[in-house]
Amino acid sequence: MPTYLVRLAQAHESFRKVELRALADLYDVGLEFLTYDEDSPYCLVDLPSDSAARSIISRSILAQGVYELWGQGATYDELHKSVKSISASRWSQYEQSSFRFTVEGYRGGKLAAEQRDIIESFSYLDFQGPPRMRNPDVAFRIFEDYDLDVPTPKFLYFGRLVAESGRNEAKKVYDLKKRHYISTTSMDAELTLLTANIAQVTPGKLFYDPFMGTGGFPIACAHFGAVVFGSDIDGRTIRGTGGSARRGQTGKMDVVGNFKQYGLTSSYLGGFVSDLTNTPLRVPVSASSASGGFLDGIVCDPPYGIREGLKVLGSRQALLENERQSHEDQYKIPGYIPPKRPYSFIALLDDILAFAVATLVENGRLSMWMPTANDEDTELVIPSHPCLQLESVCVQAFNKWSRRLLTYRRLKESEIPKGALEIATKEYEKGTRASDLNGFRRKYFQGFKEFNNMRKEFERMKMAPANDGIEKDSTAEGGLGQKSETKH
Amino acid sequence: MKLLTLNFLTCAIKTCKTNPASFPLHPRNAELEIQEADINLPFLKNILPRLMWEEIRTIARELGLPDLPSTPPTPTDLSISTSSTAPSNPDTSLDTDEPSEAPAGEETPSQTALDLHRLLLETCIQEGILVCGSCGHEYAVKEGVANFLLPGHLV
Repeated sequence: MPTYLVRLAQAHESFRKVELRALADLYDVGLEFLTYDEDSPYCLVDLPSDSAARSIISRSILAQGVYELWGQGATYDELHKSVKSISASRWSQYEQSSFRFTVEGYRGGKLAAEQRDIIESFSYLDFQGPPRMRNPDVAFRIFEDYDLDVPTPKFLYFGRLVAESGRNEAKKVYDLKKRHYISTTSMDAELTLLTANIAQVTPGKLFYDPFMGTGGFPIACAHFGAVVFGSDIDGRTIRGTGGSARRGQTGKMDVVGNFKQYGLTSSYLGGFVSDLTNTPLRVPVSASSASGGFLDGIVCDPPYGIREGLKVLGSRQALLENERQSHEDQYKIPGYIPPKRPYSFIALLDDILAFAVATLVENGRLSMWMPTANDEDTELVIPSHPCLQLESVCVQAFNKWSRRLLTYRRLKESEIPKGALEIATKEYEKGTRASDLNGFRRKYFQGFKEFNNMRKEFERMKMAPANDGIEKDSTAEGGLGQKSETKH
Repeated sequence: MKLLTLNFLTCAIKTCKTNPASFPLHPRNAELEIQEADINLPFLKNILPRLMWEEIRTIARELGLPDLPSTPPTPTDLSISTSSTAPSNPDTSLDTDEPSEAPAGEETPSQTALDLHRLLLETCIQEGILVCGSCGHEYAVKEGVANFLLPGHLV
């Protein structure tokens, strides 16, 4: 298989391989990673053909482009030697084509004049066609990989452009700043599109988001061709009567408006108001049979109970007989608001898995986000279900907490081990207050206290012996160091 | 909400779900609207085996829409086969590659597909109620958004 260089974006590193693997799996393309480093935007892969490379990379969000590898080396001498040995047979193919040469540096770079010299050094390729910067028949690029603040590159690649990705275009089009209607917890467009790729959205599939809010995930899925629908427990976000997150924005702002903005209304079935624990969707009675599944995928970012309340239908305490009667008498009156109660986050995650098992088709995917503390003691366990296989875990780290994108595949009937469905009933956190029910919320609002205490302790321990080191460094600089020495 | 959603919706009350009468929900006093949409043949083909045909026929009848055939169409009924269109333009026989490749990428939807598309993906319920056939609970649809939240005494 030919070797290709994938130019990745240096962002969301833990998602990059997962995205490429999910897309390769989706298009049934053999993909083999030869070199990959979280700290580098360059990775070498084996792919069967240009068209395979194009199908994967053209819709990737974290790749910028894919190049057929024509050579590599630690120095320009090595690079030229490598180009001559690997690619000499391909030169004549492009002899008469219009072409473009560019030089790119990562963490460093060269002046325009130096770049021209580098490009001239490839004159042995002997291309006779006209150079053309815009829309050439074939484009080449020299990649220089630097270490920070080192003037010479540590490694070089030379490649022929096969396909650019849709990253820049999609990020620009779906940018939240330009979106008609968003809420305070709308997820960044790049991450929603990435989620859709990892969930293997393709044209013709049906996707559902049970916590749609202003529709960020359904929009991303519709961008890649799926037909989508969603629901939310808060009808105001769907109808757009709850107010916009934008200061001063008034007027009718709703989810349909977002689909209109992107020209995706044909792919939007609609949204409805519902609670996942009392879902109106068909849930086949026998949980073991996949015959009733009708969704190709579920993507969601469930409420963590921090910025969005985590609530389900029901009352904090069991209703008294007269209270029940009063609900029964009044529920048809316009403006009646059904009672809601806080819910355990862990229980909700398990509910999502059970719902996915019942409604996904075989091999259908569930991609959901969940938060966790960056502290092992308070880390949330990744939920599991015998009918779902965990395909990937990606982490987006913040300061004191992280969130993870978990992707599961609905197993085929034949893949589910017998007797696996008799799961022991789990104990969830009990209580009526949100903080009793949601450990993550509790820790979040305590500012991850234990974690902080530990860090302070750690810093104190570090400070004592480190004093000498600081002074040694500063003496070399003169003035400042002398002052501190005189203090001693 | 597009009519196709009704293919997936039942009563939200848990005890009702086991009763077959809870599916489909019956639209009443429905205000319908046609919202033009691009035909999506791959989607129709994908979703066809998941359609509850009898129930969709019932919904169409209750809404006073044209009757559907008693047996569901097969995926091949949805597109006009390319082999039948190829002989109609024999002039292009010189460049043999083109006629065989061009229609393969873009299949022509049949009248069956267009009818199904009209019913499921262009017909929307804007206002009205959806009634459960088992318990009789009514779910309101307002501005095209149905509300399935249950009142306090039914949770």
